[in-house]
Amino acid sequence: MRQLDTALGLGSIRGPIGRIVKVALYALVVFIFAGPLVALLVSAFGRVTDPTRLSLIPHDLTLDNFRGAFHQGVLRYLANSLIVVGGGLLLQIAVSVSAAYALARKQFPGVRLVLLLILATMMLPEEILAIPLSLVLADVPVIHVNLVGSLAGMIVPLGAWAFAILVMTEFMRDVPLELEEAARIDGAGEMRILWSVILPVCRPALGVLGIFGFTMIWDQYVLPLLVAQDSRQFTLALALRSLRADDQVGTGVIIASALLALLPSVVVFLALQRQFMRGLTSGAIKG
Amino acid sequence: MTAAPVREGPTAAPGPARRRRPARKQRPARRGRRARWIGYATAWLWLAPALILFALFKFVPMARAISMSFKEVRPYLGDRWVGLDNYRAVLGDDAFRAAAGHTVVLAVGETIGSIVVGLILALLLEGTARHLWFVRTAVFLPTVTAMAVVAALWRIIYYPAPDGALNSVLGWVGLGPGQYLDSPHTSLWSVMAVGIWRSAPYDMMIFIAGLAGVDRTLYEAAAADGAGPLRRLWHVAFPSMRPVFTIVVTLAAIRGLRVFTEIFLLTNGGPSGSTEVVMTLVYKLGLERNELGIASAGSILLLVATIVLTLLAQLLRRGNHK
Repeated sequence: MRQLDTALGLGSIRGPIGRIVKVALYALVVFIFAGPLVALLVSAFGRVTDPTRLSLIPHDLTLDNFRGAFHQGVLRYLANSLIVVGGGLLLQIAVSVSAAYALARKQFPGVRLVLLLILATMMLPEEILAIPLSLVLADVPVIHVNLVGSLAGMIVPLGAWAFAILVMTEFMRDVPLELEEAARIDGAGEMRILWSVILPVCRPALGVLGIFGFTMIWDQYVLPLLVAQDSRQFTLALALRSLRADDQVGTGVIIASALLALLPSVVVFLALQRQFMRGLTSGAIKG
Repeated sequence: MTAAPVREGPTAAPGPARRRRPARKQRPARRGRRARWIGYATAWLWLAPALILFALFKFVPMARAISMSFKEVRPYLGDRWVGLDNYRAVLGDDAFRAAAGHTVVLAVGETIGSIVVGLILALLLEGTARHLWFVRTAVFLPTVTAMAVVAALWRIIYYPAPDGALNSVLGWVGLGPGQYLDSPHTSLWSVMAVGIWRSAPYDMMIFIAGLAGVDRTLYEAAAADGAGPLRRLWHVAFPSMRPVFTIVVTLAAIRGLRVFTEIFLLTNGGPSGSTEVVMTLVYKLGLERNELGIASAGSILLLVATIVLTLLAQLLRRGNHK
């Protein structure tokens, strides 16, 4: 009997024609979805003579595009992007671990309300808040600090991320209470319990947060757009648009800069792919 | 900011915990109440960093948006209460209505498009073989690529000259050159295609997870009854994936309504307003023309639409479960 592992049972197709059709289909989808990105990689190292050429086959190898990009200050934008992603990730992880510890391991009046409020912000797209958020950033309530024009303004708001708190809370709930009790009897304080009992068990969740946080921050556009005042605070994402608006900058430079903005996310994704898929499917299926 | 949660915890916690231990033997009742209050206080301390950040960057802006939507915002002069005037101005504005129309077309088109493409991809690439894993990874890359890169790349691909990248590829199969983003007739569809290109692989992964949950013995049973692959899909796989469809539709629709960055970077609403959506219009009103009240009213209307859609999907999902 034929084995049915998948809905269409494509895996059991044998014979030369079936195989050729399958390989052709795979090649087609890879060409459509990954082709443009490969073209970006190849063209960045090629001599770009006019604004129309993207090539999949390397020819005329050169580093001129990158030289041009560095001349436009792209290294600085890259550094800004890395600072924002590093600071943002640290903040997101610290905030969500701390909040999840309370939400998952403590019982107190109001815990459901807090969870509900945090959940509700997931329905609140940041684009919609853009204008009032820009006013808040210019004059943060209570402490009256102006975050516009500083990288801190792109980092600090990233700490309020409901998804990270929910993922972390889900994971921490599953840590057996006996582990915590045993540590408490041994005289461990709150910090010790969190650091050496709970967190080690939640390592997979930290991986999920790391990869999702990175992708989310690297994709940030609205927040940097609201905060940056001049090119000194530009992230790579912002710079790509301003480079395009500059007539003196050729397509080759834009392609090279786009590649620099692409590579970190692809590398991180490939390195932490398993965690990514886990987070994607668990988060999505649980809703 | 980063150090705050780390510092608050330990100083607040270990002290009382240690003092509590001897007391437990002598006065169990009083210790119980005190310990409970200390427990509550520690919990709130751990929550404090998150609560402060959410308050400052989510709830305060939200409240600001609501209050500004009822006011004429005048810097230095003080705001003036105008009731529903801003909402009336927004709803009566042809540009806003056109933008809302574009937003809906884009959201519906992208939702349906990425579900259909995502489902085809999922069915094609489902399985545990190693080469399938490789193809899936390659196909998934657009989803993790920053929108700014996607936009820069597609503006080059869409270059409207006959020898532009996409026009050359279409030339191989004998299709004529198009204007894509540069023509008001095709711009919205071109933006939609980029949206589908980027979100279909995401839907694919969720569908693959859904397909993995389908009971394999049902396939065998259906095959034994003589059902072909298509009937197997329709009668076995799809019914058990109904919750997955609801989730994907909801996520995609919400993603579609809030669309801003794609448009801002690909066309900025042009040519001649053919791709203007609610958020790009709100951005222009708010930050370029300083009509903060009217811009807020527009945002709030979009937010209400998003919330209604989310709740509707929740209701639908609950109905499905029964």
